[in-house]
Amino acid sequence: MSATSIDQRARAQRQVRRELLVGLIRKDLKVKYQGSVLGFLWSLANPLLLLVVYSFVFGVVLKNGIPQFGFYLLSGLLVWNMFSGSVSTATESVVGNSGLVKKVRFPLGILPMTAVGFNLVHFVLQLFVLLVVMLATGFTSVLGPGLLLLIPALAVAMLFTVGLAYLVAGLNVRYRDTKHIVEVVLMAGFWVNPIVYSIAQVTKELNRHGLANAYYLNPMAGVTTAMQRALYAKDVVLANGDHVLADPGYLFYFERLGVGAVISLLLLWLGTSTYRRLSADFAEEL
Amino acid sequence: MTDVAITAHEVSKRFASHTERATSIKERLVRRKAASVDFYALRDVSLEIAHGQSVGLIGANGSGKSTLLKVLAGILRPTEGTVEARGRIASLLELGAGFNGELSGRENIYLNASLLGLTRRETDKLYDSIVEFAELAEFIDNPVKHYSSGMYVRLGFSVAVHVDPDILLVDEVLAVGDEHFQRKCLNKIAEFQQAGKTILFVSHSPDLIEKVCTRAILLDHGQVRFDGDPYFAVAELQKLLGTDRPDSIPDEGPEGEITFGPVVFSDRPGGPGMSVFPAGSAFSAKVEMTLGANSVKALHTVRTVVLGVGDIPIWVMTATDDDLPDGPGTWELDFFVPQSPPVKGRFVLIIQLFTEDEELITYHRTQHAFGVESEHKLGIIGVDYKVGSTQVATG
Ligand SMILES: Nc1ncnc2c1ncn2[C@@H]1O[C@H](COP(=O)(O)OP(=O)(O)OP(=O)(O)O)[C@@H](O)[C@H]1O
Ligand SMILES: [Mg+2]
Repeated sequence: MSATSIDQRARAQRQVRRELLVGLIRKDLKVKYQGSVLGFLWSLANPLLLLVVYSFVFGVVLKNGIPQFGFYLLSGLLVWNMFSGSVSTATESVVGNSGLVKKVRFPLGILPMTAVGFNLVHFVLQLFVLLVVMLATGFTSVLGPGLLLLIPALAVAMLFTVGLAYLVAGLNVRYRDTKHIVEVVLMAGFWVNPIVYSIAQVTKELNRHGLANAYYLNPMAGVTTAMQRALYAKDVVLANGDHVLADPGYLFYFERLGVGAVISLLLLWLGTSTYRRLSADFAEEL
Repeated sequence: MTDVAITAHEVSKRFASHTERATSIKERLVRRKAASVDFYALRDVSLEIAHGQSVGLIGANGSGKSTLLKVLAGILRPTEGTVEARGRIASLLELGAGFNGELSGRENIYLNASLLGLTRRETDKLYDSIVEFAELAEFIDNPVKHYSSGMYVRLGFSVAVHVDPDILLVDEVLAVGDEHFQRKCLNKIAEFQQAGKTILFVSHSPDLIEKVCTRAILLDHGQVRFDGDPYFAVAELQKLLGTDRPDSIPDEGPEGEITFGPVVFSDRPGGPGMSVFPAGSAFSAKVEMTLGANSVKALHTVRTVVLGVGDIPIWVMTATDDDLPDGPGTWELDFFVPQSPPVKGRFVLIIQLFTEDEELITYHRTQHAFGVESEHKLGIIGVDYKVGSTQVATG
């Protein structure tokens, strides 16, 4: 076989993989919204519900004082939902497709990616709706150069998500506890990250112990704060003197995202290599 | 490119039995020390399948057929040994494997083709032909969860053969199709054979195996028990399963007086049953029959005829009054040939009982044949010959 035909073959294979990934994501979306009248609109229901509940709790009952709290919340929440949704879907992605895994030979690496892709589609849609609503209600602070922070923030979020997705998808085949552990950790993660409160409340405490930087070893902390800088963008000073944003500039975020990227890459390596090692026995263990 | 399509070298597949398999961390910790019970679904299986061969895979339930296909398809990793396949493989291991019930036939075709390695553009080109072969045009936009199992198989088989694989692995799935579709599948398989493709398929139907395959492999508890002529592979399987003997004994003689028991072929009188012999070897046929008092009186001659293909008598062995027992009851007659003629092929026996006046009382034809194998490939006998050649004119 000549070099070019091997080259062509590899290209065709990559194309098949890409199409298979798209096909599987489309299948999942289709199956999820099959027969529902509102269909895709339901994907907006969950963040909307959270918006109502948390706005009530933190805007009215606990009064954290963040103005236009809904926008602040969604700035961090959407990306968190993308992450946690991907990871929990990925956990079941191999086990849930046992019929396929046991009977058909195909690139198994596709399965966790399908879970991520599925959630990414929702995220993009929700982000789009958020931007439209922000602009429609005159929340114009979003339109600044800070919006470009979306790119590195989402890049790190994707690396971290994909790495973790591979890790838990593979482990869950052998250890079904994984699913439960993931559930608990994601639940905790929601409160650990500055989504419903402002970062200042955490850093104040941590600074006292000199742990402020350790906090950012969690890549999602860097991602959520950067998302807030990009979308909410207003560095409001609250009544107690706290700033809503972690930092009014950009460099701060690049540094935190850099740390997050390194950790995410390590996780990606760990996740994909674990997955690859375990995947040889998937068909047998399911 | 060599002409070997599939090679399996001393392949074994061990499964941890279900009770032993830890599926949670706690279980794993607790069971760490428990001795695991090894279950070998395949044991030391070595095979070579040449390009263009059609091979049947048979065996009892649980003998490891599906496991072997999965190992060859690369879905399962062999515990020991190596597997090598040359060319694109398409496998059809279960009806509608990879189909999603919620999706329509059309969407499933695209998804399935994609799973089997086709690009969208390639599938676009094949789409009409796939639907036409499956004959599902009017249902193609219905969700496949409403398909009958036959329709499922049609669609699955149609996609699999359109992928144009070099090697096709098919598990017992075709049985669900109706006769019309089965015939279509057989035609497609014949087309494949003509195109020089390799087919390995599992079936529990002896007819299908004998019709389609040029070779059959019999698995028994994960080991290759027989590898060769499909007819004899099936015969061996039926012996294993105990279906070579009829449930109730037919061939009732006059007034229920004469019944025939099993006929056993062996290489010595009273030896264990065999079904294949090398040409020229010793050969014995043991015939069992039960006679009542009247038939013993009437019986004078037992004639055993060895029939070749097309029921041509090859040789005849006769036992007369003096060779036969006197009293009623169950007899065993053993016809022993110290050196059988060097004739290759597949043979059946017909046992005829005559009176003294050469009047036929009854006869019995063996359900199963024995085979004689020989070095020479073509023709039924091998002959020594010389070839002389001279050039009588220049061209
Ligand atoms: N993943 C698995 N884990 C444990 N045991 C398995 C697994 N897959 C198959 N086995 C066992 O291996 C043996 C062979 O199974 P296999 O499916 O290959 O049989 P088969 O010859 O195809 O039978 P059938 O005619 O019923 O289709 C069976 O005893 C089965 O229980
Ligand atoms: Mg089977």
